[in-house]
Amino acid sequence: MSSFLVISIIIVYLSAIFYVAFWAEKNSKSKWVNNPYVYTLSLAVYCTAWTYYGSVGLAATSGLKFLTIYLGPIIIIPSWIILMKKIIKISKGNKISSLADFISLRYGNDRFLGALVTIICVLAIVPYISLQLKAISETFNVITNHTIFVNTIINDTTFYIAILLGIFAAFFGTQHTDATERHKGIITAVALESVIKLVFFLAIGIYVTFYLFNGPSDIYNQVSLLPNFESQKSINGLQGGFNWFFLSILSMIAIMLLPRQFQAAVVENEREKYLKKAAWLFPLYLLLFNVFVIFIAWGGNIVFHNQGVEPDLFTLMLPLKSNHEFLALIVFLGGFSAAISMVVLSSLALSTMLSNNLIIPYGFLQKFSKGESEQNMESIKNIRRISIFLLIIMAYFFYKSFTLDRSLVSIGLISFVVIAQLAPAFFGGLFWRRGSSIGAKFGIIIGFLITFYTLIFPFIIDSLIINSSFVNEGLFGIHFLKPYELFGLSIFEPVPQAFFWSLFLNILVYVFVSVYNIGTYRERNFAEMFVDNSKYASLHEDAYVWKGEAYVKDLKNILNRFLGINRTERALNLFFMKYKLDKNSQFADARLVNFSEKLLTGSIGSASSRILISSVIKEEEISLTEVLNILEETKKAKDSNKELQERDKQKDEFLDTVAHELKTPITSIRALSEILLDNDDVDFETKNKFLSSILNESDRVNRLINNILDLEKLASGKEKLALKKNSIKNTIEKSIDSVRQLALKKEIKIIDEKVKDANFLFDEDRIQQVIINLLSNAIKFSPPKKGKIVLKTKINKYTVDVLIEDNGKGIADNDLDSIFDKFYQAKNQTILKPKGSGLGLAISKQIVESHNGKIWAKNVKPNGARLTFSLPINKN
Amino acid sequence: MKKILIVDDEPNIVMSLEYLFKKENFEVFIARDGIEAIEIVENNMLDIILLDIMMPKVDGYKVLKYLKDREDFENIKVIFLSAKNKIKDIELGLKLGADKYISKPFSTKNLIKEVKQLLKN
Repeated sequence: MSSFLVISIIIVYLSAIFYVAFWAEKNSKSKWVNNPYVYTLSLAVYCTAWTYYGSVGLAATSGLKFLTIYLGPIIIIPSWIILMKKIIKISKGNKISSLADFISLRYGNDRFLGALVTIICVLAIVPYISLQLKAISETFNVITNHTIFVNTIINDTTFYIAILLGIFAAFFGTQHTDATERHKGIITAVALESVIKLVFFLAIGIYVTFYLFNGPSDIYNQVSLLPNFESQKSINGLQGGFNWFFLSILSMIAIMLLPRQFQAAVVENEREKYLKKAAWLFPLYLLLFNVFVIFIAWGGNIVFHNQGVEPDLFTLMLPLKSNHEFLALIVFLGGFSAAISMVVLSSLALSTMLSNNLIIPYGFLQKFSKGESEQNMESIKNIRRISIFLLIIMAYFFYKSFTLDRSLVSIGLISFVVIAQLAPAFFGGLFWRRGSSIGAKFGIIIGFLITFYTLIFPFIIDSLIINSSFVNEGLFGIHFLKPYELFGLSIFEPVPQAFFWSLFLNILVYVFVSVYNIGTYRERNFAEMFVDNSKYASLHEDAYVWKGEAYVKDLKNILNRFLGINRTERALNLFFMKYKLDKNSQFADARLVNFSEKLLTGSIGSASSRILISSVIKEEEISLTEVLNILEETKKAKDSNKELQERDKQKDEFLDTVAHELKTPITSIRALSEILLDNDDVDFETKNKFLSSILNESDRVNRLINNILDLEKLASGKEKLALKKNSIKNTIEKSIDSVRQLALKKEIKIIDEKVKDANFLFDEDRIQQVIINLLSNAIKFSPPKKGKIVLKTKINKYTVDVLIEDNGKGIADNDLDSIFDKFYQAKNQTILKPKGSGLGLAISKQIVESHNGKIWAKNVKPNGARLTFSLPINKN
Repeated sequence: MKKILIVDDEPNIVMSLEYLFKKENFEVFIARDGIEAIEIVENNMLDIILLDIMMPKVDGYKVLKYLKDREDFENIKVIFLSAKNKIKDIELGLKLGADKYISKPFSTKNLIKEVKQLLKN
């Protein structure tokens, strides 16, 4: 195929991708852009050109080992979901925009740690990006039949493609200054490319398996005749099993910690529930991608047996060999898609880290804190744009000078091992409160040094073809230090071995240093928030994990510089509204400080935002116990506030009822007297009836007012009880005397034979009031003529109980407690409204309780109610 | 002769209203709670009802709802007569379909005027 044709097709294809990204950015609210399928497909950026070509290459030479890279993620998916939920919650709550930001914030906005993580990521990913460029370049050469390598940049198509990808990432990656804003254009394009690469790869798989050969068994039969076959269909015994195990673990870590995966899964996540769909769709995608790998590899082994064809290129060479150029073009485009989606998303993720965790905090803070907002926002975007280009150019030169003759898989795995050095700090930080910043730093550095010694250095020596005894003899000829068999460990292949030792020592150092150094109050507070995020999720801003002094004006000034005056104003208005704070207040509270810090974090990273905010606030150190105490106190304050509101409500209800109860007699008085006034012809009898009603209603008003005042006096404790030693029998007799007339009128008997005497301290008048009240109620509810009221006393060791029993209808069971509430009868619609204020029992209860006694009601069989009050005998 | 029903559980209020409307040549019915009121409504072709809200057994709202659910009662005018006089109480009463809401204590002259007005329409 002519290179002109292929270049034209590439340009058309890239334009289409640009168009899709552009469309998605314009229609960012569309459901075509926001759905769990796009999310899941964007996660498939995991499958790069390495998967596309390298898996086949690996399968062709080492059998089933390629599967580990995909089995790891598939196995871990259930726990991945749970972890992701937690990580996404924390990230959204704190406006985290990258892996470096996440780790740096967890360890107390540690600027150095963020920069370290960024450097580790760049070291790991730049070669990985160059791998993709290499794949593009090689396949381009194969498909256009170029046999000679182009050595000048000017003639190298790959260089131009790299520049185009840089433009794409820079344009769609910096639409917003806030890096936590989602990049819909890029994500939609990546999702589309994921579809393309899968469909095209399946197409070539089906072509090889069913067109070139007669199905899987045909391939198997043919390949089994080749030498070395045994090693290609197994995992090579126990030793191979160990290698498998560690490679699977390595890929489990990679699926979470590769910067592009963190970007796609966490930063670009629109809704948490998308995870549910991803939980089965993503593993399915990986499985589908791997179905045909082994058959293409075997097919290649058969067709190109002993012809010296690079196994990495089997996927492309098979259709070319049979002159199916169109199919080869499809394969090329699939691999191209896989490569460019990785390049774009990785460079985006890395550029965010570079700008927010390395360049801005170390170089531009001073400048920004003096600049104007628009200028600052443009500078931030430019830093990211330059970072993207820088990364891609670096990758290009790395590819030019290093990776030309290395297989795809080896460099990919080195990247994985380097990234894995972040795992202890990351996962430890999520689950272990004690993990400290200094521990994380030492762990990462030690881990990286070990990786460098056991993997990167031998690799460099190897690829520069310097004849050295280092690999075979060890450093200074000490066998114990042989890089591939460090400390005499010889069962592993180089990558699992490096992974094992680096991570082992990394964890060891992280744990030990953390245990011996508990870190500052800030990191301990963040540790608490990350580890126990569900507990703090609701009070993120609310959490008063800060103590100090700050002015709203100063915070506003900083925000203005990065968000612009309008956005700052809007954000602050929302904040003041949310917490119902005074907009014009001068002092900023902890919530506003946290809020401002978070607002800035999206634009310039957590470390820089912390530094800027700290510059205008006066901060006091606050220990974790203090934090917890403050949290506890605010909770208490909230509770007591609730209690106050409840009490207010009760008071309102009480006043409403009082008003209603007063209006009723006044209504009668007003109506009756108006009639008398307006009509001269009212007959004598009616006139008398009306006038005596007016009198009764007036008494009712008076009684009601007295009762309310009485109740108020008792409840507020303004009236002291006149405690004297009195005879209870005496008091009961006096009370009966005052209701005797009422009882006689209804022909109700009052029986007091079982009343025994006791002398103790109580307020006679008040207790008499209680007994009279209970007796009047009993008379009211007893049937006329057949009514019988029984009084008893029970003298106990510490108390005296007075019981008053009637034979009326009794009290509805669910009213037994509430009859002592104020106006209960008036409010309760099911009982016929009795004459009285509705306050009698409430007052009785109040009196008994001021004596430290108790009052309660019970129904008795066969019918009737028994009211009992119990008074303590004060021995003094 | 127009038929009026007075629904209230306060004997003295009932007494005054009874005197007032008898004097104005109404045929007066009296109910002390919602259930009695409904019984009277079912058995007499009433013209107007003066309805208290806070009553034992069945309250005034429920009585009104009972009337509104029946087409054959649609010509009966209803005046709420209640001590509840907050704006939201009045709004609720009128929303439920009462023709007037008069709060207690009320002027008898005004009440008669309102009743006559309603019956004229």
